[in-house]
Amino acid sequence: MNEFNWTFVAIAVLGLFGLFSFLATVVLSLTWYERKMLARIQMRVGPSRVGPHGLLQPVADVFKLMAKEDVRPDVSSKSLFWIAPVLVLVPAFLVWITIPFADGLVVQPQDLGLLYVVAISTLGIVGLLLAGYTSASKYSVLGGIRAAAQLVSYEIPIIVVVLAIAILVQSLDLRDVITGNEVVIGERVITFNGQGAIPFAAIMPLGAVIFLIAGLAELGRTPFDIHHAESEVVGGPFLEYSGAHWAVFFLAEYFNTFVIAALTVLLFFGGWSWPSPPESIFGTALEEWQTDALGVAWFLFKTYLVIGLFFWFRGTYPRLRIDQLMAFGWQILIPLSFVNLILMAIVMFYEWPLWAMPAISVPLLAATAYLAARRNDRKVNTGSVTLYRRQKRADGGNELVPPAAATYEEAGARGAGN
Amino acid sequence: MPEGFDMKWAAVAIAASVGVVAILGMFMTSWMISPKRPSAQKGIAYESGIPPREYRWSQINIRYYIFGLLFLIFDVEAVFLFPWTVTFLKSPAIVFYEMLVFLGILLFGLLFAWRKGALDWR
Repeated sequence: MNEFNWTFVAIAVLGLFGLFSFLATVVLSLTWYERKMLARIQMRVGPSRVGPHGLLQPVADVFKLMAKEDVRPDVSSKSLFWIAPVLVLVPAFLVWITIPFADGLVVQPQDLGLLYVVAISTLGIVGLLLAGYTSASKYSVLGGIRAAAQLVSYEIPIIVVVLAIAILVQSLDLRDVITGNEVVIGERVITFNGQGAIPFAAIMPLGAVIFLIAGLAELGRTPFDIHHAESEVVGGPFLEYSGAHWAVFFLAEYFNTFVIAALTVLLFFGGWSWPSPPESIFGTALEEWQTDALGVAWFLFKTYLVIGLFFWFRGTYPRLRIDQLMAFGWQILIPLSFVNLILMAIVMFYEWPLWAMPAISVPLLAATAYLAARRNDRKVNTGSVTLYRRQKRADGGNELVPPAAATYEEAGARGAGN
Repeated sequence: MPEGFDMKWAAVAIAASVGVVAILGMFMTSWMISPKRPSAQKGIAYESGIPPREYRWSQINIRYYIFGLLFLIFDVEAVFLFPWTVTFLKSPAIVFYEMLVFLGILLFGLLFAWRKGALDWR
């Protein structure tokens, strides 16, 4: 079926609507998962009224968002304002057509799958920037620009880690990353057996850590959520949106969460491939659809675990400042990702054994973490308290911390004296 | 063109239109069931409760443009690296060393920007 024909188009349209509904359902489950998990972390109950265990809460939220009035600032550009959500969601959906759920269960495999995924996922930035700019609100503009700066900074480590994966597999097809690939070069045969037994996280721990952190930043989730930080830019680019248009941004955010988690699982944790073939576990020969179903189940299970990790971070870590965020991306993640790439290229070129990768990169990772932590310690020591004490000592005073003011008037007088 | 090229990218185009149609469907549904009571108050941009000033686009720090430029350099470099990753083992050894030199120049540039303070947000 290599000719363009209308049967193909009809099947494709049906399949894609199916995929869209599937993803929307996943998003509903994710919102419930996130709220329930955050609630447990904060010792609350979470959604519990609508349906058993609050399971129907996301559905109720959808109806609420649909029935809300769409409000737009009078001065904003009408057409661009309404187009921006589409420009954010469509790339987030387009990435999904080349992501395999199981062997052969993919809408349209691409030979250039890895390049396609990183290229398309970057397009969403345009929508965010447009949403921020056309809202004609100061917070939105700041949020949109922040989103662009953050997303482009953390795009580079992701691309470079993906390049290292491509060197290891010697292919840019996402299916080869899971099932293995064989390249014959002259007399040398590079066989790569797939990720079933040894996932890439074991071969390339540096890459896995970088991908996870940069992916988290790419999503704009805590601790990297400066572009829609409520206490700084209120809602960032989505500030002026409401109702269905806001829901589309929300949908895109969760599509992206799911895609980054799925890519982490595909690239580093073996995707749908079971540690040993399902036949050997269940002891009977399985039909093709059964193998596929087991693969999808295993893939989704691992993806939900990774997403759970993201939600756990959200419940645990405070938000980074923008200077910390940019410095972390450019001074730590990007050099490290290039080290990972060059190391991988050297290992493949000089035909070193593959265990040389973790043997070199784990100490490297530990050393970087130690150095970065030390550098941050120094910065903390020159905080406002230290500066205050230093100043006091220079002035000849012995007062380390100001005593509590006895009365309101005294506090006022001291304030005026400074 | 390689085998099946047009089909593969036709699928991308179809997926894009399906996405647009699905979103427009959502918008239509919402438009049909949502109330429409515009008022002057609703049309004001949010600015912490005070009326917004005449000029609504805030000024933007020059730092963002520096990071934009740096990103452009690294992104273009990634496009060069993608074909290299799958071909350098099949090519003469010079291809491998040449790309190391290229990456070296690039990382030297990053180091230069770092020493100049372009990577620190002040």
